[in-house]
Amino acid sequence: MKPRLILFVFMFIIWMFLGWNINTHNVIAGLLVAGVITLVMGNLFASTPHYFGHGTKYLWFLWYVPVFAWECLKANIDVGRRILSPSLPINPGIIKVRTTIKSDIGLTILANSVTLTPGTLCVDMDIEKGFLYIHCIDVGSYDMDKYALGIVDKFERILKKIFY
Amino acid sequence: MNDIQYIAGYALIVIGMGFDVLGCVGLIRLPDAYNRLHATTKCITLGTCAILFGTFILKGFCVTGAKAIICAVFILAISNVVGHALARSAHKSGVKLCEKSAIDKYKEDGN
Amino acid sequence: MKKKVIYFIGFLVTIGILSAITFLPLPSLLAWQSGFLSRAFFVLTFCFSMCLLRIALGPTLSDRAVAIDTLGILIVGFCAILSIPTGRDWYLDIAIAWALQSFVGALALAKYLEGRGFDE
Repeated sequence: MKPRLILFVFMFIIWMFLGWNINTHNVIAGLLVAGVITLVMGNLFASTPHYFGHGTKYLWFLWYVPVFAWECLKANIDVGRRILSPSLPINPGIIKVRTTIKSDIGLTILANSVTLTPGTLCVDMDIEKGFLYIHCIDVGSYDMDKYALGIVDKFERILKKIFY
Repeated sequence: MNDIQYIAGYALIVIGMGFDVLGCVGLIRLPDAYNRLHATTKCITLGTCAILFGTFILKGFCVTGAKAIICAVFILAISNVVGHALARSAHKSGVKLCEKSAIDKYKEDGN
Repeated sequence: MKKKVIYFIGFLVTIGILSAITFLPLPSLLAWQSGFLSRAFFVLTFCFSMCLLRIALGPTLSDRAVAIDTLGILIVGFCAILSIPTGRDWYLDIAIAWALQSFVGALALAKYLEGRGFDE
């Protein structure tokens, strides 16, 4: 029951943001639409409802947002510099990275963050063994294992506090 | 206040269009599909999000601003997933990495 | 040597088009457009033409899929700019719907390229 209630409240808030006016028609239509979505989707959205009550997880998420935004800005400037230089300094390749996050939503957010960091793009993941396959735009002359650690562990340290 | 709002909003729109142009030039210049995905998932996403935040700052807290914020969050969530799916499908359908590529661990592991 | 000449010509053409958009006095196409926003539309049209060029000459199907997805995200920005001078909020409704539809379309294209069924 609890995951359905969380999904219902979330959908209703999004509906009120899209409609913006608080009047009777809008509220009734929002309740109907959120109810239908809750009936159809069930508990797909919130599979671990007891984590929604932990306050410290929200604080870690608030700290995660500026770290992520700074990495995203660096990524864009890096890609733009590579595109505009005449000799096209790329050295691409697909490498393999070990991760220790186990939950589905944590792996999803980790892969999305890796896609927006400078020079990396997540291609596939091996969930049982805990590997991410990452396409790098510049593999470079780094030691492969050392470089592989540097990609993930900035985000992994924070995401392990939020998801298990 | 009004002047600051106008300058910040139009500056964000100009920055966003600059990143959009960079991403499209990268779409032409880079050699294979994976490197083109690097250009599009990073530059186009940040450029369009900057345009939407500029719209939010110009319009303030009204119905247009709220929709712009929701649209920016959707795009940040969507484009990564699309990039991931397209890269995986390109590798499964047999698109080779370009000649400059150094290493391909994904093929070595038998996928 | 030949690559450098091609890079130089492309650089000149790009800078020329962008500076022509920025500095030439354009006749105002519609009455409500201020100068800045009409130029913004021309810059985004330049981006659209780049994507169409990649769709036309991409060697594999994956390149075309990447360009189509890029085109979908650029249209969202176009709708957002279009909502500033007109003040209509439903342009952003179109933007949200276009983003979600482009997402579903790109995922279906990816599944087709991968060679799997749609129900997996």
